[in-house]
Amino acid sequence: MGMTMTQKILARAAGLEKVEAGQLIEADLDLVLGNDITSPVAIKEMDKFKKSGVFDKDKIALVPDHFVPNKDIKSAEHCKCVREFARKNEITNYFEVGQMGIEHALLPEKGLTVAGDVIIGADSHTCTYGALGAFSTGVGSTDMAAGMATGKAWFKVPSAIRFCLTGKPSRWVSGKDVILHIIGMIGVDGALYQSMEFTGDGIAHLTMDDRFTIANMAIEAGGKNGIFPVDETAKQYMEEHSRRPYRIYEADPDAVYEAEYTIDLSALRPTVAFPHLPENTHTIDEIAGMEPIAIDQVVIGSCTNGRLEDLRTAAEVLKGRHVAEGMRCIVIPATQAIYLQAMEEGLLKTFIQAGAVVSTPTCGPCLGGYMGILAEGERCVSTTNRNFVGRMGHVTSEIYLASPAVAAASAVMGVLCGPESLA
Amino acid sequence: MNAKGTVFQYGDNVDTDVIIPARYLNTSDPGELAAHCMEDIDKDFVRKVKKGDIIVARKNFGCGSSREHAPIAIKAAGVSCVIAETFARIFYRNAINIGLPIIECPEASRGIQAGDEVEIDFDTGIIRDITRGTSFQGQAFPEFMQKIIASEGLINYINNQ
Repeated sequence: MGMTMTQKILARAAGLEKVEAGQLIEADLDLVLGNDITSPVAIKEMDKFKKSGVFDKDKIALVPDHFVPNKDIKSAEHCKCVREFARKNEITNYFEVGQMGIEHALLPEKGLTVAGDVIIGADSHTCTYGALGAFSTGVGSTDMAAGMATGKAWFKVPSAIRFCLTGKPSRWVSGKDVILHIIGMIGVDGALYQSMEFTGDGIAHLTMDDRFTIANMAIEAGGKNGIFPVDETAKQYMEEHSRRPYRIYEADPDAVYEAEYTIDLSALRPTVAFPHLPENTHTIDEIAGMEPIAIDQVVIGSCTNGRLEDLRTAAEVLKGRHVAEGMRCIVIPATQAIYLQAMEEGLLKTFIQAGAVVSTPTCGPCLGGYMGILAEGERCVSTTNRNFVGRMGHVTSEIYLASPAVAAASAVMGVLCGPESLA
Repeated sequence: MNAKGTVFQYGDNVDTDVIIPARYLNTSDPGELAAHCMEDIDKDFVRKVKKGDIIVARKNFGCGSSREHAPIAIKAAGVSCVIAETFARIFYRNAINIGLPIIECPEASRGIQAGDEVEIDFDTGIIRDITRGTSFQGQAFPEFMQKIIASEGLINYINNQ
């Protein structure tokens, strides 16, 4: 019985010839990540260790991104705690305001995540780096503390579901539509405890940014990780961004999968997840047949969709247009580099001329932190990843998860709609 | 080790945003977190919960954000055990790592009702509904996880190795 791609990476990191689903292993970690919400809890836990210090100051990344620039005094104290820990332990990859970005956009851009790595992060969207062929998964603060102290973590080797992607997506279909379609199909616990392994010739038509978005939302199907094969697109990205050597693993031909799905990308349509679960999906065509859904706010950003291509797509839709009267449209480039590039390409000018606001990188509104909180009964179309009850504000507010193209079109029309609806 | 208490019942996909909303994540103090536990789906929970009480939920409990503040809030609120049909995997790890007892048991998840008095024997995994006179066999933890729980969390377990 062969191994999946994930199992091969875990076997390497555990120093084993072979692993199988259900086996408990201890694996060496290539990177341990935390942010301003999860790291303070981990740092407190670090004090309980007999052994002091961190296992490797180069293999820890601390990224204050959720409530920064500091939203209030308590958040400022959390950030101070992380900053002081980073200084004391001489953490190489601590990213201060001005250098930071949203962690899951920032780390690949900085070359800290490459194929074959085993990465844990005290943030559920750590699964993003599977786009580059790494095993990466979200954990809590105690696991992060143990990882920082020992360089190791325990895992139950996951079984896998295989998603064979074929065909080429049509003009307005992006990685976001692919993953929302999948979550709608298998449900928010459809991949519980499992790997989501993507294969097929359709992957060649997905850009790196599309793949980051897809892997990012594996957790929204309950997945332990999402992972893509390492092709020329991934190699080119890593060679442009990283000096670290990467390790390419491929699933064995006789690897066992719990389930297999084939998805024809050319048949997909822009897809939106309605409140209050990412599995409540409807295509843009179904939405066109419904009573219009009036929208108060649009957010374009986050670790899911705050990358350069996302901003280019949003700008393409907003160029020469203006957001609807009464609409608040908030655009958040995910990193400083993306922000700068968007500025140089004139995208930021397009957003501002269209009546949108542009923010410094932050997770802010995605988790109801700040920078776009919803009032009672308000509706938001958001390119973020969760539409749970109260996620972005008041418990009666509603979140519609969508691609940047759908979000931008909805900002213009003031109702939930796709870019094809624009005159 | 045993737990005994009154049941608070919830449905499918209770996410960590409703267990402890992000607007309170500017603190990591267990007592402060506990004061807002479950408030976005059950405003009465904090007022009614007593030490030892038990949460019974359906599938995928604790899905979403990896915030360890969620099991910390539940534990600090006095809850002695969470029983569910299934748990989201990060919540599952976090609960074990901080020493909040959890048990997967689909039958108990469906058979127990809100307000029932329930007793759990963690050594055997047997869940008894005293109010209804029924009992259920919960899934025992693998030995490795039992050791973490017996050490009262991952850090102590590593220290003892």
